[in-house]
Amino acid sequence: MSEGFAQAFRMIAGLDRELFEIILLSIRVSFTAVLLALLVALPFAAVLAVGRFPGRRGLIVLVNAMMGLPPVVVGLALYLLFSRSGPLGVLELLYTPTAMIIAQMVLVIPIVTAISRQVIADMHAEYDEMLRTLGASRIQMLGTVLWEARSALMTVALAGLGRALSEVGAVMIVGGNINHVTRVMTTAVALETSRGNLGLALALGLILLVLSLLVNTAVALLRSEWREAAHA
Amino acid sequence: MPELRVLPLHPPVHPHPQGALLRARGLVIRRGGNTLLGGLSFELPASGITAMLGPNGAGKSLLLRALAGLLTPDEGEVALHPDIRGAVALVPQSPVLLRRSVRGNLLHALAIAGVPRRMRSGRLAELLVMADLTRCAERPARALSGGEQQRLAIVRALARQPRLLLLDEPTASLDPRSTAAIEALTRKVVAAGCKVVFVTHDWAQAERLADEVIFLHRGRIAEVTPARRFFRAPASEAARAYRNGGLLL
Repeated sequence: MSEGFAQAFRMIAGLDRELFEIILLSIRVSFTAVLLALLVALPFAAVLAVGRFPGRRGLIVLVNAMMGLPPVVVGLALYLLFSRSGPLGVLELLYTPTAMIIAQMVLVIPIVTAISRQVIADMHAEYDEMLRTLGASRIQMLGTVLWEARSALMTVALAGLGRALSEVGAVMIVGGNINHVTRVMTTAVALETSRGNLGLALALGLILLVLSLLVNTAVALLRSEWREAAHA
Repeated sequence: MPELRVLPLHPPVHPHPQGALLRARGLVIRRGGNTLLGGLSFELPASGITAMLGPNGAGKSLLLRALAGLLTPDEGEVALHPDIRGAVALVPQSPVLLRRSVRGNLLHALAIAGVPRRMRSGRLAELLVMADLTRCAERPARALSGGEQQRLAIVRALARQPRLLLLDEPTASLDPRSTAAIEALTRKVVAAGCKVVFVTHDWAQAERLADEVIFLHRGRIAEVTPARRFFRAPASEAARAYRNGGLLL
């Protein structure tokens, strides 16, 4: 164990090339997945929160239920979709970072949609009458509500990023954990642990923790600045 | 509180229409089998302050929301003078302010009202002076005192240059100093050419402010009377009992 830690610190201090390759790919895949998921999920959440149309309640239940999607099931479904004989096999996405981004998006979108919908719905309920009496259009109303809810929505994005960064099952299946191509931190930790190579596994685990702390600290600073301005 | 400047809500986009500013005919609002407003009909004159007076639960706030178009009556209609369509503003008893500075709240309202960007800072300064909030401009709106928040909400409602401003118990739970400031601001709004309906259950306040009184009791209009006559001798039994401190149930 202590030898594992010593090796981990040597790798981090020595800026081990393989280690940082894995870290950079993880960051690229997860941040891209979360950004794209936000682009899809936030407008969808806003429509579910503010819109009134048939089937809305059913959609909300469905999205909430999808928050608990097992990653391996998502991985399997995408594997079948992207495999050579699958309907999207022609795209040749299997075992590429793009497939991993799509898998993480599928897992992050329900979480971000479901929680954002609640945040936006609550904020909308608070502001609706006030904005109507000020003469706001629907677009102005939605813009105001989204801006006012930005602090809470940032936390939702963090929850999505947490889900993406910590994901193993789906990216293992669609990415294949191929060295120098699709190996990310979580799949590498799983593999190296099973091989008994605790040094690399521990180093990756430590960096994963530090990365998560850094992102959360940055967001916390931003939020406290907003809160000071808003006193709310 | 320093004397406020009277500022016209310029440009005067809504000239005084002839006759009534607003006509309500047979307004009925029911909720859960109860009739909360039972067939109200009245007219609002084009200027001055109409006090809507009555005990708690008389239906004052509900009527105000119906006049503002925030809820649709089950029967009857509210007909606005064609000149003021779309220019009725409501400030609720507990106004909701954005989680922004005082200045941010007003600029947001001016933007929504469609005031061109180059004119916003001038209008902002006018509204701040009118509400005596210039020195608080950069403070978070939700950190203001109750009276200051109410004044901010009132001038924010003026961003649209309304012809009719509906104030729902703006001085409820405020101290006398803050109440005086709100009353002064209300007079400034009227002087600037805006009709005001001021909901209150405070007899003395209605007497200080009103040009006309609508007395509501149990979801019905007990009387609509010019203020001078009303405060000398109310015509309705309900208003007389209320004046004499009787418990109107």
